[in-house]
Amino acid sequence: MNNKKQPLSPHLTVYKPQITSIMSISHRISGFFQTIGTIIIFVYILALFIGEGFYNYIDFFITSLLGKIFVFLYFFSICYHFCNGIRHLTWDLGYGFEIKNVYITGYITIFCALLINILLWTF
Amino acid sequence: MVELLLPKNSKVVKGDHYTEKGSKKSLKTFLIYRYDPDKSEQPRIDRYDVDLSNTGPMVLDALIKIKNDIDPSITFRRSCREGVCGSCSMNIDGTNTLACTKYVNDVKGDVKIFPLPHMPVIKDLVPDLKDIYKQYSSIEPWLKTSEKPEREIKQSPEERKELDGLYECIMCFCCSTSCPSYWWNGDKYLGPAVLLQAWRWIADSRDEATQERLDGLEDSFKLYRCHTIMNCTKTCPKGLNPAKAIAKIKKKILAKT
Repeated sequence: MNNKKQPLSPHLTVYKPQITSIMSISHRISGFFQTIGTIIIFVYILALFIGEGFYNYIDFFITSLLGKIFVFLYFFSICYHFCNGIRHLTWDLGYGFEIKNVYITGYITIFCALLINILLWTF
Repeated sequence: MVELLLPKNSKVVKGDHYTEKGSKKSLKTFLIYRYDPDKSEQPRIDRYDVDLSNTGPMVLDALIKIKNDIDPSITFRRSCREGVCGSCSMNIDGTNTLACTKYVNDVKGDVKIFPLPHMPVIKDLVPDLKDIYKQYSSIEPWLKTSEKPEREIKQSPEERKELDGLYECIMCFCCSTSCPSYWWNGDKYLGPAVLLQAWRWIADSRDEATQERLDGLEDSFKLYRCHTIMNCTKTCPKGLNPAKAIAKIKKKILAKT
């Protein structure tokens, strides 16, 4: 697509961040976090079978500050991905394409994701 | 391929500064992307402090004033100056729109103007649209019938209504160039503007090539790079809904299989 002589106009750095694009890329990032988190949970369970030494090693990581931040992000990713997934399903059914509705459902999604996350940590 | 950063020859540097005489209060600052193909220079951002007290209210009015009074070398496309031709589409204040329908006063602070994002630049604010026009012609945007009709083909009011929100598209490509998916896969993904046109012919009751058109679009890149990001609908200066049109194509393909 690029002619070698012609420069490419700026894109990501000049385009205004908005609910539409930010929520879309967040959906991808949260999906990525879920995959990594699920692998870690799998390894955590696996460690129970492998033995105490390995379990302590994994446990040390998860209970460290970095690990706790990761677990928090993992939980939030699940909540967000779940809520935004429902939003995507309504689009797949053909509803909610007016820009006003896109914004309303967007805010509802963020609110629900936060709410479910808070509930998860309180109970 | 996804290239998040600009290639070397496209990095933007700081440019010149032009100030018009006049009281500071009436001056508005415009930061405008400049690129001259005749010089082997990097693209740059020029700064213009413009006195707008005797100018029209739109960004296009300001651009014309800059070209007339300050810097005649600045280059941009424009024609109708009333939002029906689609020539002056550009990135103003972070979103794609038509310079002729965007009020200067709607922009808080400095007015930043770039060409349509992620496009090869011919000069200043003029992007090279030849690839996107090629994509447009690939969907064969004309009425197809098996036999040559004797006279006009009639439509019921309901059938005609299907084309509302589609025929108004002026092909300014604000939507396609606002789409991150089109930025990364513009060589294979058709983009919202072209897909809206594709749907315009699929939805037309007089067209007989519906199945052929749907088959042509059923491709993981051409159509399905649309991830419902919705930047297209958000930015459309005519208030159309390309994302919805694309969803209708996807649904129609699903219903046929």
